[in-house]
Amino acid sequence: MTKIVRNIVAFFNERLQVQPLFDFAKKKKVPEHSYSFWYYFGGICLFLTGIQVATGMMLMLYYTPSIDAAHESIQFIMSHVKFGWLIRSVHSWTANILIGIIFVHMFSTYFLKAYRKPRELTWITGFFLLIFFLAFGFSGYLLPWNELSYFATRVGTDIAGSLPLIGKWLKTVILGGSDVSQATLSRFFWLHVAILPIAALAVIGIHVLLVQILGMSKPIGLDERKVKEISFFPDFIYKDALGWTLILVLVGIICVFLPWEVGTKADPFAATPLGIKPEWYFTFMFTTLKIIPSHVLFIEGEKLAILVFMAGGLFWMLVPFIDRRAAREKKSPLFSWIGIAVGLYIAVMTILTYTVPKL
Amino acid sequence: MKTRMLGFAVAIGLVLVPPASFAQKNSCLECHKTLEGELKAPAESFAQDVHQQFGLSCRDCHGGNPAEDDADRSMGASFKGVPKRARIPEFCARCHADAAYMRTFNPSLRVDQLSQYGTSKHGRRLKAGDTKAAVCVDCHGAHGIQSAKFPKSPTFPWNIPQTCGRCHADPKLMKDYQIPTNQLEEYKGSVHAQALFEKKDLSAPACNDCHGNHGAVPPEVQSIASVCRQCHPSTGELFSKSPHKKAFDEIGRSECEACHGNHKIVRPTNDMLGTGEKSVCLQCHDAASPGYKVAAAMKDLTDGYEARYQKNLNLLAQAEKKGVEVSEPKYRLQEANTVLISARNLTHGLSLNDLKKTLGEGETTLTEVEKEGVAALDEAKFRRTGLIIATFFLALFGVALFLKIRSMRKPDA
Amino acid sequence: MNRRRFINLFFGGSFLATVGAFLFPVIRYLLPPKQAEAAQKKVAAAKVGELAPNSAKIFKFGSAPGILINSSDGKLLAFSAVCTHLTCTVTYQADTSTMYCPCHNGRFDLAGNVISGPPPAPLEVYQVDVAGEDIIVSKKG
Repeated sequence: MTKIVRNIVAFFNERLQVQPLFDFAKKKKVPEHSYSFWYYFGGICLFLTGIQVATGMMLMLYYTPSIDAAHESIQFIMSHVKFGWLIRSVHSWTANILIGIIFVHMFSTYFLKAYRKPRELTWITGFFLLIFFLAFGFSGYLLPWNELSYFATRVGTDIAGSLPLIGKWLKTVILGGSDVSQATLSRFFWLHVAILPIAALAVIGIHVLLVQILGMSKPIGLDERKVKEISFFPDFIYKDALGWTLILVLVGIICVFLPWEVGTKADPFAATPLGIKPEWYFTFMFTTLKIIPSHVLFIEGEKLAILVFMAGGLFWMLVPFIDRRAAREKKSPLFSWIGIAVGLYIAVMTILTYTVPKL
Repeated sequence: MKTRMLGFAVAIGLVLVPPASFAQKNSCLECHKTLEGELKAPAESFAQDVHQQFGLSCRDCHGGNPAEDDADRSMGASFKGVPKRARIPEFCARCHADAAYMRTFNPSLRVDQLSQYGTSKHGRRLKAGDTKAAVCVDCHGAHGIQSAKFPKSPTFPWNIPQTCGRCHADPKLMKDYQIPTNQLEEYKGSVHAQALFEKKDLSAPACNDCHGNHGAVPPEVQSIASVCRQCHPSTGELFSKSPHKKAFDEIGRSECEACHGNHKIVRPTNDMLGTGEKSVCLQCHDAASPGYKVAAAMKDLTDGYEARYQKNLNLLAQAEKKGVEVSEPKYRLQEANTVLISARNLTHGLSLNDLKKTLGEGETTLTEVEKEGVAALDEAKFRRTGLIIATFFLALFGVALFLKIRSMRKPDA
Repeated sequence: MNRRRFINLFFGGSFLATVGAFLFPVIRYLLPPKQAEAAQKKVAAAKVGELAPNSAKIFKFGSAPGILINSSDGKLLAFSAVCTHLTCTVTYQADTSTMYCPCHNGRFDLAGNVISGPPPAPLEVYQVDVAGEDIIVSKKG
């Protein structure tokens, strides 16, 4: 068996000259220490993205991006296509899980200061990936064209529309018009299956390449005696695979017992359902906008909140350059506290959305 | 300087006088608003009154001079004061029965309320000298009168039962008339009340739809059937073609009311058929009569169909709970329910053959739905089995990985 | 067979089994289902000439009934036959050229509008096209 494999590898090696890659892979080492558990989350993001691409491609086989047929095609997939219920439920559930894991990955690298020199670009490409995947979530959510999708999109684009200066123009560009319509559905489909995948693939490529070139970051001031090194291939891969297997089991159980609902077809003339809100990963921003007073000093409350979010996002993206102490391999407790504050804010606002509905 | 300021003030004054004079003085409201209790209430509630919206005011009904502040002068010669109860219908009809006058405000409003009222029980009793009988203000209010199209109006469809019930459900008030006072209570338990109050279906009948508005009388035996036929014509047609029509005419019993009641008309069930204790057929048919056998047969048919329908309902609910998509068969099951409703309607025609035929069409739908329901449950089972198998393989793989990892950890020499 | 070989075999075998457990649903998914397309929004309601003038036919549209009318002046009209009051199925009455719901006396004209009775909203109008011998009914817009 291994002889056949060796012959195939030799065949490609002679023609593609990939031996240096194999040598690199054999030599690549991964540090193991008390915090190395968090290393797995990047790989899990990649694995879940792979699942999304695979299930997404399969859904495209039966989905129709037209307001007359979108909802019906989802209904069809859920009831008539063999295992359609599974493919679709996996896609919807994994989307949510993936975004959750992205947050875990982001916060774990933040607290471990993995963004510090020389890994600034890894952090920035990661930030872009966060934006891409939030966009994936937002655009994908409209595609089933059910009541929840329609109104969540309306609410979301209204918020985009309230941005100062560019708001109205931005909203029109996103919607493809003045309202959520066929143009919006076509546009979101285009984004979701063509533009975002290409962009995300390219940026993931850069991100992963950087991780390979620079190796895994170790926490600042870690006692080198407590660090062991294991080889990436095959030891770390096996450990990765164990995590991925566990996740697959989890996703399988969730999808069989809690298949994703089809919902009622979107009716633009219906009244907005009570308590409409966007998907959970946007709720911290949504709730902030709901509870902020209408005027803070002389600025409109909503506009202030949006500006603060944008400034916050910019800060978050540029943190590798702002955190001078970490860049000098010094412990940086101030930034840890900032991270805790941000994390707590997001968590509290999200929980508030669901526990206090009459905000 | 002073002359200039004076001139300025005069100019301002001249500009303000014309608008000020448009706001007509109404000393009635001004004065009554400062009073208490019963004298204050009309002034307060008049702001909401529909007459006020058409530019009418106190003077147009009560006379008097609203430009005068002095009480005696404002309530002078032309003042009509509070009309006596027995005179109220004529008081309102002074305008509301005048077609030419009403036309200037709302050409579509009827102007025959007074003449209708004269034929009503209320009107006749009032004429006979009974001032306890209902007059216009008892249902419409006196000063905050709103159109019957407004949900807060006491004459809006879903408020009417309460309005009539204010007197008709009061045993003390009704003591002298020897009529029951349980109609409101009975109505509230009816399917019509449920449609009106809970489903907000404004086409559902309230008191006035069967008894009339201004010409309210309890419908006579002959007219009950016509009254019900207003909304239930197909049932009425079936009944008229059935042997029951002649029989009921002969014994002089009201048609629909005999089996369905008049106020507490509840949603009919299969138990009204057949020979059980809730059966209405037994009112006339004894065990020996052919009608008895037909009754029993009809009940068996509808019972059997309903049981099958219920079984399918449960089947689909089960499948849905297990996560299988069953919205299509659920929709088709609704069609089977429509058949049941039309079958129950058909029983009024008393034809077993027609009933069988209609139910037969529904049976086909039920068979299809049952097949899909069973398939859905099978699918649920298939999914769980598949999950167990896949999880088992994954678990095996996980164990294999774990063993591999452990073997890797054993340090090389 | 030593321990190492056993672990490797076990690893390879369970891996293949897992891959199989994943390929099975994927392949079944990709194979076309029996009902080729999602719920038909286009239905061949009748054949040309099947309906005499001033008569109608109830047909299945999606999972609900529709009504196809050949009016007295030869026009083909189609509507949802679900009465907007309490979802009974409407019928066509030739003598009045109106659609009638026998449940509570609702009546609709040939534009779908409510003429009398309790229905709160008009009947949905469908698009009628003739393709060869078939009369095709589809949703408007």
